This record gives sequence, C-alpha cells and structure tokens, in this order.
Amino acid sequence: MTRAFRWLLPHPFLTLLLAVVWILLQNQISAGMVVFGIILGVIIPWMTAVWWPDTPQGFHLGKMFSYSIMVIWDILVANVQVAWIVLTVPNAKLKPAWIVVPLDLRQPEAITVLAGTITLTPGTVSADLSDEGHSLLVHVLHTDDPDGVRDEIKTRYEARLKEIFA
Amino acid sequence: MIEIILTYAVAVFLLIGSGFAIVGVIGLLKFNDSMTRLHAPTKVGTVGIGSLLLASMLHSYMLGETSMHELLIMSFLFVTAPISANFIAKVNIHRRACDTPPSPPRDDTWSTLNVPEADRALETIKAP
Repeated sequence: MTRAFRWLLPHPFLTLLLAVVWILLQNQISAGMVVFGIILGVIIPWMTAVWWPDTPQGFHLGKMFSYSIMVIWDILVANVQVAWIVLTVPNAKLKPAWIVVPLDLRQPEAITVLAGTITLTPGTVSADLSDEGHSLLVHVLHTDDPDGVRDEIKTRYEARLKEIFA
Repeated sequence: MIEIILTYAVAVFLLIGSGFAIVGVIGLLKFNDSMTRLHAPTKVGTVGIGSLLLASMLHSYMLGETSMHELLIMSFLFVTAPISANFIAKVNIHRRACDTPPSPPRDDTWSTLNVPEADRALETIKAP
C-alpha cells in the first residue's frame, strides 16, 4: 500500500501545491477544475521524479504554517525598519557588515528556506554559502552589533526550521 | 456603507504600496555601495507590491468578481525576490565590487570564490 502510494505520489506536498496553484489560476472553483488540478498534481511530479531524487523526510506542515505567519509579520516590521534607515540614516553613518552564520541545518531544502527568510527580513541579505555548506554569508545593511544579529538568526529562524525539517 | 469602507481601504493600500515603492527607489539612488543598494529594493519593494496587490484584490471583491490571482503573484514574488538578490550579491562578490567577506570558519572558502585552478588567469583580468 505504502509502496503504491510512493510510486503514484513521489512528492505529496508538490501534488497539493500544484493542485492549489491550478485552482487559483482558474480564479473560480468548479468540480471539473479541481479534478483536473489533482490530475496535473499527480502527473507532473510523477514525470519529473527523476530530477527530484530525495523527498524531504519528516516535514511538519503545521509548524511550517506558524513559521510562515511569523515570517510575514517579520517582513512587515523589517520593511518599516529598512524604510526608516533609508530615509533617516546618512550614507556616512551607515554601518554595513558581513556576518558568517554557522549552519546546523544539513538538508538543502531547509538551508534554502533559511536563506530566503534571511533575505526577506530585517536589513539582511543572504549572499553566499561556503563550499561545503557549513556556513552562510549574510550582508547586513545597518547594525551596531553583528554578533547579536547572528544569534537572532540562529535562535529565531534556524532553531524553528530544525524542528520543521526534523 | 461597506462600499465606502472598502473604497477607503483600497485607497489606503494604494498609498502605502506606492509609498514603500518610492522609498525603495530612494534607497537605490541614495546608497553608494553595490551591496547596500541591494537592501532597499529587495525588501521594501516586496511589501510595496504586496500592498498594491492587496488593493487590487479588495477592489475586485468590491466589484463582485473576486480575483485570487494576486495571491499567486504575491507568493511567486516572495519566492523569487531572495533568489535575484542572492544572484546580484554573488556577482558583487565575484567581481570584488564590495568588501572582502570574512572567511568561513569550518570550510575553505565561499562557493562563489571557489574558482578552479584552470580559471584563475581569467579571474584576475575580470577584477576591476
């Protein structure tokens, strides 16, 4: 049973995502479109399964949801902060800095989500990954305390992502 | 009554969105370093466009033909904005257009600076 399920749905979350995107693209919900969305959601992951060798194991959808809410809130706060920096801090007083964040996460998907989150939140852009993937290079727009920013990234985002991709 | 509230809400979201967009442009013009320039458009632009899309959604709801496409635009934007920012940052590092980043603690070098021996000669010509 599980083998048949794995064979038919190699990536259940991708199936769900494709079906939802298809229904949203139609802009109206009708039974036919839902069925067609599910058909697409089954066929596309099945045909492209060769290029997706690993399914992320033990993904917690509920925790991802609360994480997304937190990140959206952080994005709003971050935007006001960055807008304030742009408008009030003169160039001469700006203190940009590089930060190296040592990574405890190992899964590529988790690191991708972390890097995306860092780019979208308070004054930070993730710039590069080290050649073996053990640390992340982050650029900060304006900070007095680079170590504090690094610790905040580790406790606020990485610790939660570790639980999500446990 | 509800229409009046919605009209004002649309207007407020349009103003917020265009306000953030203009702050993003100001940031792009004001900062004088290629890495700091990256910050203003990536973040401020995201919320600016998000707010404009929210106004568009509310307006279509008011006209009685609810549109969900804006949700898709927003989610694609949130997924792609970090990637373009990351690529611009990588180009800056590669061309040495910014301060040299500190070396990583556990590995040898950053993946952008990890140039194979055979390409080292090309590398020196490209640097400004």
